[in-house]
Amino acid sequence: MIKPQDLKLLGYRRPDGRFGARNHVVIIPVDDISNAAAEGVARLIKGTMALPHPYGRLQFGEDFDLTFRTLAGIGRNPNVAAAIVICIEPKWAERIVKEIAKTGKPVAGFSIERAGDLKTIEAAARQAKEFVQYATELQREPFTVKQLTMSTKCGESDTTSGLAANPTVGRAFERLADAGATLIFGETTEVTGGEDIIMEKCVTPEIAAQFKAAFDDYQRLIESQGVSLMGSQPTEGNIRGGLTTIEEKALGNIQKAGRCKIVDFLKPAEEPRKPGLSFMDSSSAAAEMVTLCAAAGSIVHYFPTGQGNVIGNPVLPVIKLSANPLTIATMSEHIDVDLSGLLRVEINLDQAADLALQMLERTINGRLTAAEALRHDEFVLTKLYRSA
Amino acid sequence: MAHGILMHEPNDDVGIAVRDLKTGEEVSAITLEGQPVGAVKMVNDVPLGHKVAMKDIAAGKDVIKYNRVIGIATQAAPRGSHVHTHNLKTKRWKV
Repeated sequence: MIKPQDLKLLGYRRPDGRFGARNHVVIIPVDDISNAAAEGVARLIKGTMALPHPYGRLQFGEDFDLTFRTLAGIGRNPNVAAAIVICIEPKWAERIVKEIAKTGKPVAGFSIERAGDLKTIEAAARQAKEFVQYATELQREPFTVKQLTMSTKCGESDTTSGLAANPTVGRAFERLADAGATLIFGETTEVTGGEDIIMEKCVTPEIAAQFKAAFDDYQRLIESQGVSLMGSQPTEGNIRGGLTTIEEKALGNIQKAGRCKIVDFLKPAEEPRKPGLSFMDSSSAAAEMVTLCAAAGSIVHYFPTGQGNVIGNPVLPVIKLSANPLTIATMSEHIDVDLSGLLRVEINLDQAADLALQMLERTINGRLTAAEALRHDEFVLTKLYRSA
Repeated sequence: MAHGILMHEPNDDVGIAVRDLKTGEEVSAITLEGQPVGAVKMVNDVPLGHKVAMKDIAAGKDVIKYNRVIGIATQAAPRGSHVHTHNLKTKRWKV
C-alpha cells in the first residue's frame, strides 16, 4: 500500500514557501475589455499564457469580491511563477497586483487608458519576457506531502462514480489527510440528500453551522426563483449513466471525502487555513468549481468521472479517473487513471487508491494530464448575481 | 454464474449493473467489500451503470442504496427489474 509520505514530490519553491507543480507565467486581464491586450502579450512572448474571461466590470458587493479574490488567487497559486495583470484603468490592476505581490513572486500591472492596447501590449510584453526568463531558470526541488494543497470535484457522474472512482479518491484522501496534506472539496447543492453526512463530518458545531448556512442559502435561492433543480440535478448525462435522483448523486459525490473529517469551511476561492479536508462553498459546474480550487491555491486536482467530463484548467493540472469501461473504451484520450478493474472486481479500493497516488506523484513531478495535453484551459469565474 | 452486479451495502434495495445485463440472465451480486449477496434473475435488460432491483419494491416505498433513502418508488419494481426515472423519483425537489 502506497503511503503519501513516501511519494517523491518535486516542485517549484515559491518565495512564500509554498510549492508548485507547474511553472506558468500568466497574463491576467482584470476585465473583459482587457482580454485582447492580455492575449496580445501571450502571442508575442513564448511561455506565457493569457487567462481571458467575460467579467470584471460593474460588479458589486460579494460578487465583486469573489471576482477579485479569484483573479488574485490565480496569480497567487504556486503553479504560477510570475504574473502580469492588465486592466482598463490602473486602480483595479493595482488591487490585484498587491494581493499577488504578498506571495513575494514577480508581478506587474499595466493599464490601457491613456496608452491604448498597442503601447500597453509592448510594455507588458517587455516585462513578460523578463518573467519568462526568470521562470525558466527555476529548478524543481523535493517537497513533502505536508506542503501539498490539492482538491477534488467530480463531473459527468454516473453510478460508477459513486461505486468506484469517487471512493478511490476518498481512500486516497484519507491517506493524504493522515499524512498532513491540505485538501479541498465542496459542491454545495450537490450534497442535497446527504447534507447531514457533511455536517456529521465537521469537527466542530461552528463549522457544521457555517456549511449549513451556505447550503440553506442556496436552497432558498432556488426556491426564490420559483423552480427546483429537477432537470439540472441530476443532469441528462447523469441520468443516461444510470443516476436517477439528486439524493443518489449526492451520496456518490460525498464518497470523495472518504472517512476524512471536515476541518474548516471556506468561502469560494478562499485559501485553506489548515491541513486536512476543508469544505469550500462552490457550484458543481465543473469549470467554475475547478477554477475556484485553483484560486484557493490547489496545485493538483482529482476529477473522477463516469460518463466522461473533459474539463481542464490553465494553471491547475486536472487528473481524470474513471471506472466506466464504456468511457474508457470510447474516450481514452481524456482519462489518466483507468479504474474499470474495480467494476470487474479485479482490484480493490486500496489498490485503486495506489493507482491514484502513483498518478498524483507523476503529475506533480511534470507529467502532463490528459486535459493539459488536450489544451483544456477552461478558466471560468463564478458569477453570483447580475452586474450593475 | 457470471458476476454482473455490485452493491454498496448488502441490504440495499438496488445494485448496479457493471455490464449490460439481458432479460432471463442469472447474475451474481457482490458488495464493494467483496461479500457475495446471492443471485438475481433479470426480468428486464439493464444497461451498464443502471440499477437493478435486488428485492421486490412496492409502489410508494422508499428505495434504499448506500443504506440510505435515494428516493421513492412511483411504481412497483419486482426483483430483477430495471430501476430508473420510470419508477423512482427524488424526495427533494418539489417542482
